[in-house]
Amino acid sequence: MKFTAPAEHNPIDQLKVVGHPHDRIDGRAKVTGTAAYAYERHQVAPQAAYGYMLGSAIAVGKITRLDTSQAEKAPGVLGVVTYKNAGRLKKSKSHASRLLAGPNVEHFDQAVALVVAETFEQAREGAKRLHIEYTSWPGRFDLAAEKVRAVPPKSNPMSGPPDTRVGDFESGFAQSPVQVDSTYTTPDQSHMMMEPHASIAAWHGDQLLVWTSNQMIAWAVRDLSETLSISPQKIHVSSPFIGGGFGGKLWIRADAVLAALGARLVKRPVKVALARHQIPNNTTHRPATIQRVRLGASKDGHIQAIAHDTTSGNLNGFREERAGSQSRLLYAGPNRLITHRLATLDLPEGNAMRAPGEAVGHLASEVALDELAVQLKMDPVELRLLNDIQFDPEKGPQRPFSSRKLKECLSEGARRFGWERRHPQPGQVREGNWLIGHGVASALRNSPTLESAARVRINSSGQLTVETDMTDIGTGSYTILAQTAAEMLGVPLHHVTVKLAESHFPVSCGSGGQFGGNSSCSGVYAACLRLRNALAHKAGWDVETTTFSDGHMSSAGQTRSLGEVAGPKGLSAQDKIEFGDSQKKWVQASFGAHFVELGVHRISGETRVRRLLGVFACGRILNPKTARSQLLGAMAMGLGAALMEGLAVDTRYGNFVNHDLAEYHVPVHADIPHTEVVILEELDDKSSPLKAKGVGELGICGLGAAIANAIYNATGVRLRDYPFTPDRLLSQLPPV
Amino acid sequence: MQSPWSRREFMATSAGLTGGLVASQLVSAPSPAEAVAQPTPAHYPVTLNLNGQTQTLELDARTSLLDALREHVHLTGTKKGCDHGQCGACTVLVNGRRINSCLTLAVMHQGDQITTIEGLGTPDNLHPMQKAFIRHDGFQCGYCTPGQICSAVGALSELEKGIPSHVTADLTGPIPVSQAELRERLSGNICRCGAYSNIIEAVTEVAGENG
Ligand code: FES
Ligand code: FES
Repeated sequence: MKFTAPAEHNPIDQLKVVGHPHDRIDGRAKVTGTAAYAYERHQVAPQAAYGYMLGSAIAVGKITRLDTSQAEKAPGVLGVVTYKNAGRLKKSKSHASRLLAGPNVEHFDQAVALVVAETFEQAREGAKRLHIEYTSWPGRFDLAAEKVRAVPPKSNPMSGPPDTRVGDFESGFAQSPVQVDSTYTTPDQSHMMMEPHASIAAWHGDQLLVWTSNQMIAWAVRDLSETLSISPQKIHVSSPFIGGGFGGKLWIRADAVLAALGARLVKRPVKVALARHQIPNNTTHRPATIQRVRLGASKDGHIQAIAHDTTSGNLNGFREERAGSQSRLLYAGPNRLITHRLATLDLPEGNAMRAPGEAVGHLASEVALDELAVQLKMDPVELRLLNDIQFDPEKGPQRPFSSRKLKECLSEGARRFGWERRHPQPGQVREGNWLIGHGVASALRNSPTLESAARVRINSSGQLTVETDMTDIGTGSYTILAQTAAEMLGVPLHHVTVKLAESHFPVSCGSGGQFGGNSSCSGVYAACLRLRNALAHKAGWDVETTTFSDGHMSSAGQTRSLGEVAGPKGLSAQDKIEFGDSQKKWVQASFGAHFVELGVHRISGETRVRRLLGVFACGRILNPKTARSQLLGAMAMGLGAALMEGLAVDTRYGNFVNHDLAEYHVPVHADIPHTEVVILEELDDKSSPLKAKGVGELGICGLGAAIANAIYNATGVRLRDYPFTPDRLLSQLPPV
Repeated sequence: MQSPWSRREFMATSAGLTGGLVASQLVSAPSPAEAVAQPTPAHYPVTLNLNGQTQTLELDARTSLLDALREHVHLTGTKKGCDHGQCGACTVLVNGRRINSCLTLAVMHQGDQITTIEGLGTPDNLHPMQKAFIRHDGFQCGYCTPGQICSAVGALSELEKGIPSHVTADLTGPIPVSQAELRERLSGNICRCGAYSNIIEAVTEVAGENG
């Protein structure tokens, strides 16, 4: 079905199943350890051999010697894949560099070899017996140094042109009596999902089977096909459980390709998992940014001019970090300039990580707002309320927001948080050695929608089965898709089975960009409408007058059970949702406001967050329990970005040094206080038939800025270089 | 229990067992490829009491307890997140105490009682902690979850036994099950999905039921 006009009243509005906080239907499998993740699928490939990947020890250069003989002789070793025996491999369009190096090397830890052996221990031992020599060439590893050579990147369909200009920023800014001009830096960050990338591959004749951990099944097929030059029809991908992705598993990585090559070489299935320390340098990461934000305002706080200039870098000039995305939409102001520049670096590939663009964009733009509030001597909540706007500030009133409750989020948050009790002067509240501060930030995350297909079957006992190649990366897809189907056909939730993430299922939107829940449920909605039609047709009834509830369908005084109408062979229907130009007509984004209370230790410079409140509006909430989890989980990641996460670049050798969980710090239990999440009621009929919007990435947007602003409120120190580790604060704190 | 091999044999076969870094990569510095001595990996029998059942395995001395569970017994509920003791995904209970199973060799556990997530409960017969995790949505992707649950069960029993932690104020009396105690004790279990707030609610609820 095509979604072209706002959704009218439809079966979802009954809210018998949708909108309820059902426990996850895959919960029992996950808490009992019976959910099988990629590397654990012993049943599908019982005789799999083990592959251990070796990555390049240099960043840029050439392999000058590749001696696999000792490795091949090692006990249990079955074969070694290198560029010499891998056959011709292409670089797919999704990748910045090839997934197997040789003879040239493009980045540190780029895969150089896969040792395949009978056991994991033997494969790992074999990898130690590879003799590889390189000639290393100079590379570009320092974003700040390469900034002068950065160029405007290409437009892309999802986020539009890199630069936009409205009005006359320069004179608008010059004429503003109150100005902020600040530069912020954010470091490279690692997804560090708990399940490392893993794949098992097997060949059945010329058919390639890959059991993997991937967010986008159809992309995985496409990219394997491009890389290995085999027809997509011959590739089968399966990924029913995924131990976290956050964007790091949007595209296949070396594990999948090397498992396929290894299986071809040793003529049996091969399983490969990346070691934890290979994730930062071998796979993708969120690229570092340098962001300059300029704000000009009148004395009463109305913004007159906004500029947000972002520079990021990437391998082979691949793609930029769109940190200015939210600045295009968040506040009013007649003169606007948003630019993005891209430098070429020889670091590993930078790519999407949870809320690409906005997550780091807010770390600059929402701190700049706080700086403006300080200059204006205005309450930062009030300043945000004053500059709210209900249409696209770049395109004008003809492109309104599909729904926007930023003001409501801010006001409700301020009320619940007790914002009025915050001390407006920084550095005034002290408890023992702790300096206490409060901070606020807005959150905006674009809410894209993507085409998504599904098939729904009903059997003679009225049980439904949903099939789509959608994935569940912890988001709750299994549960909300089941809820959608149950609502549409009027059956209880436990009568719905959801099967996901097989490449022979109808192609969904996949999981990413917070489009997954809304789009894939809309796909199931479309398929269910077809199934309702098919059932009504089979019963000989008019579907318009037929109602579906309690496992039955009724029309004109007659009632029959769904199973009986479906008959012994059952019925099946398939359809997809297409969103037409709905994203063009309306700006679609979800909104929120973060409130933070924290303490900064006046002697050690340590920051401890004491209270976290997020208030959000993101359309209809399909399942309040799983939606809340998405939001609070993203808030935890946002706290990490503010206080601890950063890949350290060794600019001599071009690698990320802190490449594991001992050195790359992510939040742990002790860092995260009880997290309060409030979701405001909202229906967005212009977004989808479900009237929902994106939830999964909103929570990370803005939280780090609220922490920065709270640190300022606590200490009077304005930090602009993330993350705010104690050493960054220590030198600026008042003497003890 | 007497180990079936000598310490020297053990040392000889276990060199580089965690194997994260690869020694022989050279950058622009040619070296003769020396023939490395190739000891045959030693295999040893080990008998574990696994979730109440005796299981005898013949294992490479280098096999971690984690890999023994996952790759040899196919108890894949115990997860590998880092293989280096950094994440807690591999937490199991050994003789009632929680440990990172990636940091210990399987052959060191002759006769030990090992409880994995599969031994705590099953889909049809959930452990109270498993139930609480579902009710409070104490997970998202589920990959850290078995480790969190085993760790939480272990932590509550440590609290019950009066074993203090870094945040325990009074070392003499009974230790209260506070949020601070739970956060401290569970901090070895990383959840990148960030379900922390819900996990603490789940564990607190179970602690209350127990108490
Ligand atoms: S796998 Fe053992 S601590 Fe991470
Ligand atoms: S549930 Fe995904 S890491 Fe904890």
